[in-house]
Amino acid sequence: MGFEKFLFYCFAAITVAAAAMVITRRNPVHAVLWMVVAFVSSAALWLLLEAEFLGIVLVLVYVGAVMVLFLFVVMMLDIDIATLRAGFIKYLPVGALVATVMLVEIVLIVGPGNFGLDVFPAPPAAGVEVNNTRDLGMMLYTVYVYPFELAAVILLVAIVAAIRLTLRHRTDTKFIDPARQVEVRKGPDRIRILKMPAVVEAETQE
Amino acid sequence: MIELWNMLPLVIQILLKIIAIVLPLLGLVAYYTLAERKVIGYMQVRIGPNRVGWRGSLQPIADAVKLMMKEIVLPAKADKTLFLIAPLLSLTPALAAWAVFPFDAGLVLADIHAGLLYILALTSLGVYGIIIAGWASNSKYALLGAMRSAAQIVAYEIAMGFALVGVLVAAGSLNLGEIVAAQSGNVFTWFWLPLLPLFGVYVISGVAETNRAPFDVAEGESEIVAGFHVEYSGMAFAVFFLAEYANMILISALTAILFMGGWLSPLPQAWASGVFLLDDGFHWLLLKTFFFMFLFLWLRATFPRYRYDQIMRLGWKVFIPITIVWILVVAVGVVAKMPPWWSA
Repeated sequence: MGFEKFLFYCFAAITVAAAAMVITRRNPVHAVLWMVVAFVSSAALWLLLEAEFLGIVLVLVYVGAVMVLFLFVVMMLDIDIATLRAGFIKYLPVGALVATVMLVEIVLIVGPGNFGLDVFPAPPAAGVEVNNTRDLGMMLYTVYVYPFELAAVILLVAIVAAIRLTLRHRTDTKFIDPARQVEVRKGPDRIRILKMPAVVEAETQE
Repeated sequence: MIELWNMLPLVIQILLKIIAIVLPLLGLVAYYTLAERKVIGYMQVRIGPNRVGWRGSLQPIADAVKLMMKEIVLPAKADKTLFLIAPLLSLTPALAAWAVFPFDAGLVLADIHAGLLYILALTSLGVYGIIIAGWASNSKYALLGAMRSAAQIVAYEIAMGFALVGVLVAAGSLNLGEIVAAQSGNVFTWFWLPLLPLFGVYVISGVAETNRAPFDVAEGESEIVAGFHVEYSGMAFAVFFLAEYANMILISALTAILFMGGWLSPLPQAWASGVFLLDDGFHWLLLKTFFFMFLFLWLRATFPRYRYDQIMRLGWKVFIPITIVWILVVAVGVVAKMPPWWSA
């Protein structure tokens, strides 16, 4: 067994174990942190596939941004574990059914019939000089430019929709408008200079 | 000597290189704390620490010994595991990012294609230490500090990322060594000039990312006592401290590499080539890094703390639009092969 295979099994085991922890931890913060572990070890798996750009971007986007926001929200929730677990038995059959369907689908698509070594031989290892990022960019912005732009537009629509749905203009809040703050002039707006005659202190009488 | 080095197994070679990077870095962190107290002292017409050693030169060692002797207090209601992991999570990315950092032409531990991306990914992990520390402490001040800090880091990370996109458009590479090579020429061919707005955004966002004054609302001594690390004592606190200063040094060194030409000499090649100390070399990188490290202290001694809503406004409404516009400008410049930066 080569060193690479050893690394693969290590990271694969960590990924699976961390994913199992995500769904079994009672504390949602712990669950999110285990999910971070799962993401990082799958990034390592991608690095083993020589997909350095995808591996690093997985850490950058999912671990560095998405999961931080997850953690941010989950930390502030006050979750009562008892009410969460109340419906466990009731929902178990539906959950098990969905899980089985998904598992079958995954096996059908990714199984040895489609991705076995005889159908999909292992690609030759790329040399050190192959620049993963440059190759990916070249493909993305030439051959796949329309799907790429479409995906970008769909994401933009989602952002605009999410902002529009949650944006409420409240009129009763007090806030500071920096533009108006900057506008204030020294003369008439902010300070007034009054002329006052000098005052001589009255002699105290003993 | 070289034969002896080549005889060592690869793992040992890499370990020795890591030690050669991390030990001087930790030494620099220790003396950066002394420099901070001295510099701010002089700026405020005080003397600063001057009791331990010659003019206070052993003060960092005294501080370290004091922190090591102190007890690490575990709050009774804290999440013990996460409470102890959090400091490590903040220090590790700050040190690991140096793996792809080039100190001179070809002098780098891991010369990977996506070096800049790697650094960006690792610096984005630093926020976990802060959030976990704030949550695991089970204290309202720590939680509030962590919230402020996380929101601030997420906001400024975007501006910082966009500034880096400008750099990689200008250099045409994600490899830090190639980014420096793309700036070769003289002081005016470095990227600070064509990327001036991005340079400003990067430096200011760097200050905000490291939660330093004037963006230190995460600590806000007068409001939330010390923010996310209020429950930490002894070495656990010291590790957070180390991480903050290691991050400041990293940001300073990155600014020097990305915008100020790294180890390149500011003089044109025709004058400086071969002349001792004027030629390209590690000392230039060190000098530039020290300047930006000094800038951090200078800012802290100069400006009052920003108000929280002003920080958010600056990050989201000022910096991000500036960077987006300037990326377009840089892209047009690169396509039009504008001299002297992109004529080749």
